[in-house]
Amino acid sequence: MNFDWASFWHYLFQPTSVYLHGLWLTLSLSVVSQSLGTLIGVAAALGTQSRFRAVRALVGFYTWLFRGTPLLVQIVFVYTALAAGGIFRFEDIDLGFVVIPGNIQAAIVALSLNEGAYMTEIIRAGILAVDHGQTEAAKSLGMTYFKLMRRIVLPQAIRIIVPPLGNEFNAMLKNTTLVSVIGVPELLLATQMITSATFRVFELYTVVALYYLTLTTLWGFVQAWLERRYGEPSRSVAQNPGLVAGLRKLLTRGEPVR
Amino acid sequence: MSAKAVNGDILQAIGGIPSETKDTVVEAIGVDKYFGAHQVLKDVSLTVKRGEVVVIVGPSGSGKTTFIRCINHLEKIQKGRILVNGHLIGYRERNGRLYEDAERNIARQRREIGMVFQRFNLFPHLTALGNIVEAPIQVRGIARAEAVETGKALLARVGLADKANSYPAQLSGGQQQRVAIARALAMRPSLMLFDEATSALDPEMIGEVLEVMKELAREGMTMIAVTHEMGFAREVADRVVMMDEGRIIEDTDPTRFFTAPASDRSKAFLARILR
Repeated sequence: MNFDWASFWHYLFQPTSVYLHGLWLTLSLSVVSQSLGTLIGVAAALGTQSRFRAVRALVGFYTWLFRGTPLLVQIVFVYTALAAGGIFRFEDIDLGFVVIPGNIQAAIVALSLNEGAYMTEIIRAGILAVDHGQTEAAKSLGMTYFKLMRRIVLPQAIRIIVPPLGNEFNAMLKNTTLVSVIGVPELLLATQMITSATFRVFELYTVVALYYLTLTTLWGFVQAWLERRYGEPSRSVAQNPGLVAGLRKLLTRGEPVR
Repeated sequence: MSAKAVNGDILQAIGGIPSETKDTVVEAIGVDKYFGAHQVLKDVSLTVKRGEVVVIVGPSGSGKTTFIRCINHLEKIQKGRILVNGHLIGYRERNGRLYEDAERNIARQRREIGMVFQRFNLFPHLTALGNIVEAPIQVRGIARAEAVETGKALLARVGLADKANSYPAQLSGGQQQRVAIARALAMRPSLMLFDEATSALDPEMIGEVLEVMKELAREGMTMIAVTHEMGFAREVADRVVMMDEGRIIEDTDPTRFFTAPASDRSKAFLARILR
């Protein structure tokens, strides 16, 4: 077997700046796209409940389109195809302290829209799982639709939403690899760039696999804490441990914190 | 259940009967309501004066629950009109025709109408006190400190001073329903609607909820209660309204209703319900 342990340890524990930048991009793209996708999902899920047929149809078309085509196709379409067709070209945006390249913007747009389509279904299921009596009680107290959604229904829907949301973010961490095809130097492209110079393909792909495994494992702990925090409706947020205390309990296999 | 369900004057906690309350609180005129092709309310008219306690009785499927749900527009009506404190509920009149009102206006009208549900419908993610202060703060825009003070006073008067920080899941059915009554009262309504408020309760908890309802009735709250509790009707109702097959077939005082009902259907109903 041709495996150079020295290179392996080196790249695992002393990653180059290209690699660290890739890690940063992977994380920030994931967090930003998941957040935007969740916001899109909330809006579109409310759209599925609209009394206007046109709104429901629009949301239906959106989820159908983005769940029915490959994410990789969507990414290339948003960045390359739209530009080639002369419809829209993502230009670099200079925010003064940082420049956001066009391909990263396109990556965020494609990942968020794709994620939004899945989050729509997840959040819709969460809203529908809340007893209709809750809506009636809130209405009878004089709450308008948006107020009762925000204050009464969505907080209860979170319990249903959090477990699949965790899975979505786990998938998002890995799906960011796809934006390497439009030249976003996230972890995978960073690895490719290093291997093209060093030819240490076996070692570096082992390293990158371990990095992803570490990210998803750490997320698993956060997800477990989230589910604990939002899991039981009768428990107040204040009675729950913070993230650190929750993680410690989890790691020491203690009884769930009450 | 050792704590008393009622400690003193409940309405005092919200400053007495709201000043907006008119002499005629409810006026329903010729209400028709359909579920699809099935007509559930047929030309229902009912007037409720300030301070009156009206108990609606009748066999299941007679439309009594549907009717009180129309009063705060949880159900649409197809004909007729319902006014609360002189305001047309749920609709706007234009050129003699009724159009459903804007959501914001309907929400505003509902502030004046408290409703208590059969299944309590407390908000499970909020404490008892949280349930009570939610709408005053979010809907009426009352300062949190003031809402909390009123909320605690209400809880104390329905005998639950020590349960302010309990979640609904930690309360018994009777306690939950008393919180639900306090929650509705916290909005300072002119009218309270009770939709079979004791029907989902274990027998030993019915008393504590009825006690609160009776106290409210004595204090002059205008109330419409759909209930199977004939004792409540006998003791505190000013009028008993009998519904059958979507119509009001009798509207009389309780003594007369229980001793000499006018219609055969009322007699048959009473014979069944009083064993």
